[in-house]
Order: sequence, then structure tokens, then C-alpha cells
Amino acid sequence: MHKIEMNVQPLVTIFYEDEPMQARQGDTVAAALLARDQMIFRVTPVTGAPRGPFCMMGVCFDCLVEIDGATNRQACMTPVVEGMRIKRQNGAGETGLDIDYDRNCQ
Amino acid sequence: MRSSSLTADAIVVGGGIHGCSAALHLALRGLDVIVIEKDYIARHASGLNAGGVRRLGRAFPEIPLADAALKRWCSIRELVDDDCGFESSSQIKVAETETELSTLRDRCAAVRSIGFNHEEIIDQKQLRSLLPAIAPHCIGGIFVNGDGHANPFKTAMAFKRKAISLGVRIYEHLPVTYVDRFGTNWRATTFNQDFEAPIIINCAGAWGGAIATQVGDNAPLEAQALMLMITARMPNFVKPVVGSQGRALSFKQFKNGTVLIGGGYQGRAEPEHNRTHLNFQGLGANAQAAAALFPIMQHSNIVRCWAGIEGVMPDAIPVIGAGREQGVYHAFGFSGHGFALAPIVGRIIADLISSGRTDLSIKDFNVQRFENYLFSPGI
Amino acid sequence: MKSHYDIAIIGAGPAGMAAATVASRQGADVLILDEQPEVGGQIYQAITRQPIKDKSILGNDYYDGQKLVDAFLASPVRHLKGATVWQVSEEREIGVSLNDSARILSAKQVIIATGAQERPFPVPGWTLPGVMMAGGAQVLLKSSGLAFSDAVFVGTGPLLFLIAYQYMKAGVPIRAILETSSSTNRLKALPHLPSALFSLGQLLKGRRWIKEIRASGVQFVTNVEDIKLLGTNQLSAVAYLHKGNWREIQTSNALLHQGVAPNINLAAASGCAHSWNNQQLCWVPQTDEWMATNIPGISIAGDGAGIGGAKAAQYRGRISAYRALYNIGKIKEAERNQLARPSQQALAKEMRIRPFLDILFRPSEQFQIPEDDQTLVCRCEEVTAGTVREAVALGCLGPNQLKSFTRCGMGPCQGRFCNLTVSQLIAKSRGVSVTELDALRLRPPVKPLLLSELANLSIPETEGA
Repeated sequence: MHKIEMNVQPLVTIFYEDEPMQARQGDTVAAALLARDQMIFRVTPVTGAPRGPFCMMGVCFDCLVEIDGATNRQACMTPVVEGMRIKRQNGAGETGLDIDYDRNCQ
Repeated sequence: MRSSSLTADAIVVGGGIHGCSAALHLALRGLDVIVIEKDYIARHASGLNAGGVRRLGRAFPEIPLADAALKRWCSIRELVDDDCGFESSSQIKVAETETELSTLRDRCAAVRSIGFNHEEIIDQKQLRSLLPAIAPHCIGGIFVNGDGHANPFKTAMAFKRKAISLGVRIYEHLPVTYVDRFGTNWRATTFNQDFEAPIIINCAGAWGGAIATQVGDNAPLEAQALMLMITARMPNFVKPVVGSQGRALSFKQFKNGTVLIGGGYQGRAEPEHNRTHLNFQGLGANAQAAAALFPIMQHSNIVRCWAGIEGVMPDAIPVIGAGREQGVYHAFGFSGHGFALAPIVGRIIADLISSGRTDLSIKDFNVQRFENYLFSPGI
Repeated sequence: MKSHYDIAIIGAGPAGMAAATVASRQGADVLILDEQPEVGGQIYQAITRQPIKDKSILGNDYYDGQKLVDAFLASPVRHLKGATVWQVSEEREIGVSLNDSARILSAKQVIIATGAQERPFPVPGWTLPGVMMAGGAQVLLKSSGLAFSDAVFVGTGPLLFLIAYQYMKAGVPIRAILETSSSTNRLKALPHLPSALFSLGQLLKGRRWIKEIRASGVQFVTNVEDIKLLGTNQLSAVAYLHKGNWREIQTSNALLHQGVAPNINLAAASGCAHSWNNQQLCWVPQTDEWMATNIPGISIAGDGAGIGGAKAAQYRGRISAYRALYNIGKIKEAERNQLARPSQQALAKEMRIRPFLDILFRPSEQFQIPEDDQTLVCRCEEVTAGTVREAVALGCLGPNQLKSFTRCGMGPCQGRFCNLTVSQLIAKSRGVSVTELDALRLRPPVKPLLLSELANLSIPETEGA
């Protein structure tokens, strides 16, 4: 990404896939990830296709990531906060339950 | 200058699943049938319901019909050349307290006493085995193997296609303005075309009360907007369709991972405008019920809410059978649980029309039970 | 916080800010709600804390918004930030989500000022990471000072050229600009040029952008006939058809744009009637000269009422505010008319350029209705154009039925990025006009809600409304 000359912004530390990174305060999660050339934010639940941010204004729902354990969060609508933990969203996400769906649910 | 009436052996008013089923079954017996639908096939309750196919929890008069219907669902392909998305995923009604479980035990015993064994009591261990994601405080329930769910829209389209292939003429986007007698026939009038037949079948759903009046029967039907909501896709965690003894809840997860939540909470219906209004207080209560039984639902995203327009009778069971006047038959007012019965009710109507009787008992559904009922306006 | 207000305004862009300023100054109790952390909407995004040092990059049109913002900030308006409005009922009950907690508020009058969104651009590969909407790139520029190096710009419309111009001023290398509007548009637009001359300044400005962009030496191709975005897991090249030949440009970023359309979801879910505008190829709400809709007490201001730009949005905002003030008895009819007249006149002038622009930049059919059956039309549910055509062949009549046939439109975006494509596609397949279709029925919640929010929904006691 090309970075335009800007007024100094305070930085915060956030985590992406458990790795710490710096982000500018006032940036959205999407901007913070794009700033380090991260284009792929998730894979779709339908076909597992990779997706990244598209409209940057909260109407396309393609920039969905997991933030602090919650899935389906729009990265372009969420400002970064110190200590935030962001993860790629894997399809429909996880329930945290250990269920062997095909075996158990007879 | 109106063209002359289109005639048939039977006219069906209403192109929902019951209208299509009745038409189909009559066509199988060689009758020439016309279906008149004011919007498009399955536009209303038939296309917007939760798709439950159950015997579980039904009012006693409905149980024999539901039982017969389920047998047809299991071989639905033979009837309409389509599997209709039917899955025999089982249904469970959950008890959260001893009192609720006790009520369910009584129910189970009562159902068995009329000769049906499909409802089984299950204990907490069995409940958790069948529903690993159920909240830990739930202590048991009724389990019905064989019950399940189907795809309402797919089903309606299959019935429609089959009916047309058998020669049924379907007219859509054509509201019936009124029905009256014309000689020995019944006549259905629309804005540009009249239809006549010696037999008229009222399958007009939430609009069935008005049609009933026009053909000489009193049917105090209320149009209700029953609300549903659906989530974004979640990992698959539950197969059976789940209901609750203590809360209004119907809960099912589709193969694609989305979860459909209902329970009969009402919005506001405007049947004359084909409009419904959602009531978020009710949806909130519905959401609470879902989260109470399945704690992981707290983190799910509701992406859509809607409500179909359903015809509800005061005693919450439908109107099925012959009307007071010659040639009149009814199959409407299914009060939120008619979808599963469609494959059998159509056959029942065809039985009545072709031979005057049917093997299943339908006396409790007779429209005459409302003869002296004070009609409440507001349809 | 209070749960009942005189006037609630949804959206803090130019229309919303103008409406809020006017209404609060006349003594109304005004609440403005916006999803963003600060005012500005799309056009003036990040204006209260603009990080970019060099003001010539974003240009005067952007910084001109400061006056509006200052006036707003000086007004006694309650501003709820980071608030997502997911419903406005006919009775003006407003469902809002804030920090994962939902509540219902209410107002005597509601002004919906949720603006516009970019049109979909369904071409093969448009879902690949690295492909974004050009307006989205502009958001990144304004709020974070970030830009894509060596991107290929694809499409048409004033916004595409504005962003390219801003990139150029910022020294960001542009790989190529591929313009997709038809050259015959110029001829068709000619009859409307006289009206457009009332906004001569705007016309000349647009021309200057294009002239300077071309002079900068960036590859500029016009009359592009077809586009394919290529790559496996990410964009790697843009292929384009020009004068019968396919060419490829290697790049990892493409920025698409073919115009903006009103963002109708909230207004439509509220019951506001919309009509299909075949010139603009989008739905436009039915509003009168006071921005009122068919729902009493609900009006629509700004680009959401019809694309007009930032100035038109402000005028519409003021007009809708005067009407709302009159409706609640804060001002009398004569006062309302007198106060609104300058805005009404200015609005009329401002809109004169529109027919010319609408035709000049009218997106071509092949970029509205994908010919290639493999192209995705519903991004959320990954439904292709071919699947939609099959559904029509099976008897699907319109976008509502399509949801049941194919899941198209059932995803979280609720039709925002597929409705325009799908409606035109179905209409064309059926051989009817879009107006004959049963328009997509939109419902609250217009944005997804957590089930926990719904379960804990806070609803106030009924107050006198």
C-alpha cells in the first residue's frame, strides 16, 4: 500500500492471527490490515472462496472477520482498539462446541 | 364486454399448498380443475412458513391426519416427482422443569391411549445425546422419530408443476372478487373473467373467511402475521427440529448452516394489502427462548426477519370438509401448522368430492362448528 | 438516554447535518444517528480529523464541507455515534444497535439521510481479493491516507475520475484507467448539455481532471467493451476487450466504479414506496417537494432521495427539516415556505446537470447484466448469472421468488449488491421491464443483529408521541 504523508497519529497494538502489530488510532480494522498488504480477510461458508474488503462502507459484508472471539464483524466498520484480537473468518466460524455433527445427531 | 365464463368440474380458490394439493388430487381422479390465485403460487403462508412436518404436539383431531400425511411425505416423490427437500430429521419438544416434563408424560400417555405410539419420553441423558448443544438445565422431552421438515417453496412448486402436468389450469395474479351461485354452478368472479363449476373449494388461507361467507358458511377466521427469523450460517450443530414445552419456540438448522427460529409470535397483518409488520418485542422474546435452550445462539447473527399471513381459527384447528351448501368444500384456516398436512388434505378433499366420504375422521374440522359463533370483523 | 425525540435523523452526511442544524436551531429536540465514529457521511468522511497533510490532494470540494460541519457542531443536536439503525417502523420506532446492545427509540418525525452506495459491477472475478470499489479506495484515502499503488481503475462516472485525480495529486502511481461507458452516450447526452451548462463550473472541473490525468501519461483506454478480472486466490491481472482485441494488464489491485445509486434498504423496509428509474437504472423513493414519503412523518433527504451530490443533499436536508418543523408545530406554514424557498430554488439549479450526467455516464448493459453465465451476481451466496437465468426458465418471476429458488438475496447484504443486477437480469430474461417485477421486499433488521441484542432489546414504555 502507498502511504500518503499524514499528520502524526498515535499508534495502538492489536493482534492479527495472534501476532502483534501496530495500527493507527482512528483506522478501521480493514484499513489496518490493508496497510500491511493483507488482502484476504476470510473464506466464504458457501465455497471456501477467499474474500477481502470491497466497499469499505459497510454494505457489502465481504470484510467479515472474527474480532475478540465474535464472528461476522465488519472490519471496515470497526475502529481499532488497543489489545483487539483479530482473526480470519473461516466460513461460518466456530461454535466452540465439540460436536461430531454427523455421528452424534442421529 | 366480458367473455363467457371459463368452466371446469371444480374451481379451487387459492393457490397455496392446499389449493395445489386439492387440485392435484382431483386431477388424479380425472377431474378438470381450475385454480385461481390472487397473487402467485405460495406467495403467502405456504411459501413463508418454517416447513415443519410433524405429528408431535398436535391437537388430537389432527394426529391421524398428520400420521397419514407423514407416510406420504416419506414417498413424496411418487406423488409430485420431487423430494421437496423432505428430511426425516426427527422432532423434539424440550422440557426445562419437572413440571413441564410431567405435562409431557401425561401428553405422551394420552396420545398412546388413542392408538398412536410415535411420541416417546426421553430423559436428560437421551436429550443431551440427541441435542449436544442443548442448555444444561433442560431435563428431558418428547422425541418423535420420523418427523422432520421440508422446503415449503420447493414443495409448492413441485405440487404446482405436477398439477399443471395433469391438466390443471392455474390462473395467477387474479383475485376472486366474489363467489356466488349461478344456476346449478358456483361462479367465481374476477376483474376480467368469470369462472363456473358445480364444485368450489375454498383454499383461500387467510382470506378464507370471506370466501366462506360468500358460499354460505360462517368461519370466524383471523388473519395473523406469524413471525420467523433466520441467522447467518453457523457450523452445523443440531439435526432435529426443536420445540419447547414452556416457551413458544420452533428451532431448526438447515444443512447450509442457517438457523430458522419461530414460535408463533405475532406481528401485525394487513391482509388487504398483502403486508405484515414485525413486532420486535415479540421477536426479542423469541430470541430469548432460542438462547435459553441453545446458549451458543447468543453469538449468532439474525440476518432477516419476516412474517407470512396465516389464517387462524378460534380453536386453532383448520376447517376441512363439505360446506352447508351443495358443491362447497373447505380446506383453510390451518392456524400455523397446515404445511405438513397438505399431502393428505388434498386427498381427503378429492375423496369427499368423488365419493362423498373419506377414511380419516374429519368431523372435528367441520365448518358448521362455527354456525353460532359470533363473527368478529377485522379480516 | 432519552427514548423519544421531536426529530430523528438517520445519517450524518451533508443532508443529515444540514437537517439537524436547521431543525435544532428552530428549537426542536433533535437526535442524529450515524454508524461512523464522526460526522461526514461518505463524501466528507474523516473531515473532523483529516490525517492527510497536503490539502490539494482531496481538493476544495472536500474541505468546503468544513463550514457545514462547524455549523452542525455548534448546534444543540444529540449525536449518537457508532450507532447502527436497523429499523424505522411506520410508527417511527427506531431500532438502533450501539456497542452490541439494541434499543428502540422513537421520534415525532424521522428524516432518513442514509445516502447512496456504489452500483454493483458484476464482471468475472469481481469477488477476488485485491478488487475493490473505487469509492472504497477513496474511503481508505480519506480516513487512513492509504492508496493502492499501480491499481487499474475500471468503469465510468465522475467519482472514478475524481479518485484517479486525487491519486495523481498524491503522487500515487496509476497503472491504467479503463473506461467502460459507451461513446454513443456523448451523442445521447448532447440535448441535455444546455441545462448542464448552468453548472458550467462542475463540467469544466470534470473535464480538467480528465485532461490532467491523460496528460500525466497514465494509460487511458476508452470504450472498453468487456472486462475479466483474473487470478486464483487474489487478483493478478485485468483483461479487457477493446476494438475487438483482448489485452491483459498485470496488477494486484483493481478499483471498480460505474456510478452510485440510492441506498434504499432502510427506507424500503420502512414502507416507503420506490419507483424504478430507467434512465438512472436504479430505484428512487417517491418523495414530494418537501421530501415527504407515503409514510406520514418519514421523509428522505440527500442522495438517498435521488443522486444529486453534496450540495443538493444539503438543500434537501434543509427542506426536509423545515417540513418536519412545520409538522410538529414549531413553525407555521408561511414561515416554512419562506425559509425553504432559497433551498428549493438552489436545489432545482443544482439538479439541472443531472440528466446530462445520467446519460453521459450511464453504465452499459453488458456491465449491468453479465452475459457470462459464470459471473457471480450474488456475492454473499455465490449465485451466478447462469443460475438466475435457469430459475427464470423454471418459472421464477422476480427477486422475491429468486430468494426461494436460489438463495440469491438471502445473504447479509440483503440485496445491496445484487438487487440492481438481478432485477435487470430477470426482467431481461423474462422480456419485461423492471417495473413489471414484484420488487424485492425489504424488511427490518436492515443490518444483522446479534441474537443476544434482540433477546435483550430495550423498549421504552409507550410515551405520548
